Amino acid sequence: MAFHKISITINKESEQVVVPSNMTLMQMLRESLALTGTKNGCSAGECGACTVLLNGQPVNSCMVLAVECDGAEIITVEGLAHDRQLDPIQEAIIESGAVQCGFCTPGILISSRALLDRNPDPTEDEIGEALVGNLCRCTGYARIIEAVKKAARTKAIIAQSIPTD
Amino acid sequence: MIKASATNFPSPVGESKPRIDAREKITGAAVYTDDLQFGSALLHARIKRSPYPHALIKRIDVSKARALPGVKAIVTGQDFPGYIGLYLRDRYIFCRDRVRYVGDPVAGVAAVSETAAEQALDLIEVEYEVLEPVLDPEFGVNAEAPLIHPDLGKYEVVNFIFPKPGTNISNHFKLRKGNVDSAWGKCAAIIERKYRIPHIQHVPIEPHIAIAKVDDKGDVTLWASSQSPFAQRNLIAQSLGLSQSEMRVISPSVGGGFGSKAGVSMESLAVAIAMKVNGHPVKLRLTREEEFYTAFVRQGLVAYFKMGCDEKGQLLAMENKFYWDGGAYTEYGVNITRAAGYSCTGPYEVPNVKGDSYCVYTNHPVGGPMRGFGMPEMHAGLEQCIDDLAIQIGMDTVAFRKLNCLKTNSILATGGRIHPIGLDQCIEKAAEEIEWEKKVPASAPNKRRGKGVAAMWKAPAMPPNAGSSAWVELAEDGKVNVGVGGQDLGQGAFTISAQMAAAALGVPYESVRVAVPVDTRYSPYEWQTVASRLTWSMGNAIVNAAKDVRRQVLDLVAEDWEESPDELDIVNGVVISYKSEKETPLKNLVIYGLPNPDGRGWKGGPIIGRGNFMPNDVTGLDAETGQGEHGVVHYTTGAQAIELEVDLDTGRIEIIKGVAAFDVGKAINPDMVKAQMEGGMVQGLSSALFEQLQLKDGFLQNPNLVDYRIATSTDIPREMKSIIVEVPQDDGPWGARGIGEHSMVPTLPAIANAIYDAIGIRFDGPPFTAEKVYLAMLDAGIVK
Repeated sequence: MAFHKISITINKESEQVVVPSNMTLMQMLRESLALTGTKNGCSAGECGACTVLLNGQPVNSCMVLAVECDGAEIITVEGLAHDRQLDPIQEAIIESGAVQCGFCTPGILISSRALLDRNPDPTEDEIGEALVGNLCRCTGYARIIEAVKKAARTKAIIAQSIPTD
Repeated sequence: MIKASATNFPSPVGESKPRIDAREKITGAAVYTDDLQFGSALLHARIKRSPYPHALIKRIDVSKARALPGVKAIVTGQDFPGYIGLYLRDRYIFCRDRVRYVGDPVAGVAAVSETAAEQALDLIEVEYEVLEPVLDPEFGVNAEAPLIHPDLGKYEVVNFIFPKPGTNISNHFKLRKGNVDSAWGKCAAIIERKYRIPHIQHVPIEPHIAIAKVDDKGDVTLWASSQSPFAQRNLIAQSLGLSQSEMRVISPSVGGGFGSKAGVSMESLAVAIAMKVNGHPVKLRLTREEEFYTAFVRQGLVAYFKMGCDEKGQLLAMENKFYWDGGAYTEYGVNITRAAGYSCTGPYEVPNVKGDSYCVYTNHPVGGPMRGFGMPEMHAGLEQCIDDLAIQIGMDTVAFRKLNCLKTNSILATGGRIHPIGLDQCIEKAAEEIEWEKKVPASAPNKRRGKGVAAMWKAPAMPPNAGSSAWVELAEDGKVNVGVGGQDLGQGAFTISAQMAAAALGVPYESVRVAVPVDTRYSPYEWQTVASRLTWSMGNAIVNAAKDVRRQVLDLVAEDWEESPDELDIVNGVVISYKSEKETPLKNLVIYGLPNPDGRGWKGGPIIGRGNFMPNDVTGLDAETGQGEHGVVHYTTGAQAIELEVDLDTGRIEIIKGVAAFDVGKAINPDMVKAQMEGGMVQGLSSALFEQLQLKDGFLQNPNLVDYRIATSTDIPREMKSIIVEVPQDDGPWGARGIGEHSMVPTLPAIANAIYDAIGIRFDGPPFTAEKVYLAMLDAGIVK
């Protein structure tokens, strides 16, 4: 087995990691970097629990080889909050009661954040489509969709309050 | 003068408090079992499994596997002769002489990596003599069917389960009331139906995982994603010849259970392997594929219903027969078939009843508890029959249900009378919210619209003496720590534990922590987190523990103030006197006590309260008639209404609106009760429209999340409405009873009834996939 030294930015921190060729990004996060907020639900790209942002795009980290991420920027659930200040989507998930067992939640948060980054005012159908790859067995999804709408409103208010010029 | 803040203190019970564990779950900080770090001593386990549904093991040779570098231990059934099981001990940890389903564990390997363990599996040689399998429960009950458990008569069994040695029947529950044979003649309408409910799976997003370690004294520690740390301690210790106190089970956050993580399934495998490598933690994590067919599945069911009513629509008789496809081992499943037996009338008063519920061994995956515990399967057919019977006698189906449903004091088919319930209110409110009387046109010419209703009941199915316990202690700051042994699976058990402790003690919700993770060495005993019993049973234990603290505090302060404890209260964390209007915060006395006057020592001391709860009035049910005065602790009842559209071009079902109304006695946390109703409805919807374990000759054809589809964010009803009905439970905390499982019970038949309303077609079983619906419409000439 060949090993590779890669440089990545994870949650705004630079890291250098030695990874075997067959190690997935999910394994690297969970096993090499102890970022266990990213969950392993199927190891087959089917459940979405391991979703992270790779250069701003949501990916199933179990379907990406770590060695492919050399030079990449990665955001995991641990990187959503800044200085203990929660991201609006995290706040909204709590307020809407949209978390139960919590195992799908990291992936849901990441996919939702990616949606709001590219579409600040999504419709319910657009939210449903964006989350179709994130299986949740507890909540029945309605509160999650409600939370994404709520987070979009919060972000819009924050954006308005920041001077643009 | 007592401060206004103390007297205006609202009770934390009945308030929609935020989840106690929400923040850790949305930051990635919550620790699940696979997140625990064990360092370099950790070994990885994999399991060699049977490739045949039914065979004798002739020879196992592990020598080549043992020689593989990195392999530390290999175990087989020869190492572990003890049986294991909850209600019927019919299972070995590893197979010894016979395999009974595809996936049955034959050997286990511990190695330095998962890869090495996997390679070792290929080197284990097993020689089998293949036997004819039993693949259908109706075939299984016949005398000519091969026997799957020839030793059935030797197995240990609890006294309310009735196996038939010499057959494949591991339980036969009989219900006999009145005389059905003479009642049929008095019926103005009779219908007979057969339904086939397929096996499905729980699909928790977190697969099963267990890590076991045995120390040099032989004491065992098991870390597991578990609904049942205490039951696992008991059952695994029994099977391995350990004493229960030598076994410790720690259960971190659970990533969904739905019944699959109750009792013991794969956890005993990890413990057995760890016993061969003392000092090393051994991790066994099921792959998603293994999760589908080697963890518990929901039993299949073949159900026959016959029911009749008089010309006014009054139900006169029911004769129901259930053949449960229990799978290879029914140690837990036998009690599902019992529950379905005593509940077989559904939530209706029926004077003449004949019910037979058979638990049948088959060479299918192991049937076990799943949300609803037999009720979703049983109600699936029953509630469609109720619709058909109402239609046949010319009555509105909602009016028919309201006429026949159980009301407070109605006579149960098992004898005795039912406690106060609000089922008729649930049916009425669900119908009202869906605008039952209003016929709505379809949204497009290629669609048909329909509405359907279904009702349900379910009792906690458990041994008569399943107990709970709790403790409550306080810190120097006057804040509270509550010890519980029940688990939070996402349903919110820890949150309502804190709410109930806060309310019973007289402190703010925000002052209460729950002592987690559950650890059988430090946490108080709890039978299992199953049966929707925690709010009621564990809740009572928490209230008793909090009252114990109150008594100690008030006695101490009363002595100090020379008043009667009856004149004192604890409000918002402050002890107050209504008589003298004195007050002192809890933090002044709960650890260090209070000084005696004149410096003559101190009184009191660190305060800790304890409480327990166990039902003490559950009677047995007669083996021949199923009759008994108080066979279960209580029933939660409810109803759902569904409005949907069928797409004539594709057969696709779209759920427009779903309404749930359940009588929960008292909602401790109304928002979380509603969250259970929504989540249950979507799981019910998923079982109705998509889910089926496709078993062919004993092999599972679809063990992945692509071929076994569960509901996604695009499949849910466009609108969901949850209605809370509260008719208090006399022995529940604040009147509460359970809701977690009930919420998926009526969904499937409500959808089936709405499909019938839309297109006039009934199916003999789910799932109502687009393909199945389209082909049926083609057959019926609805589409060409």
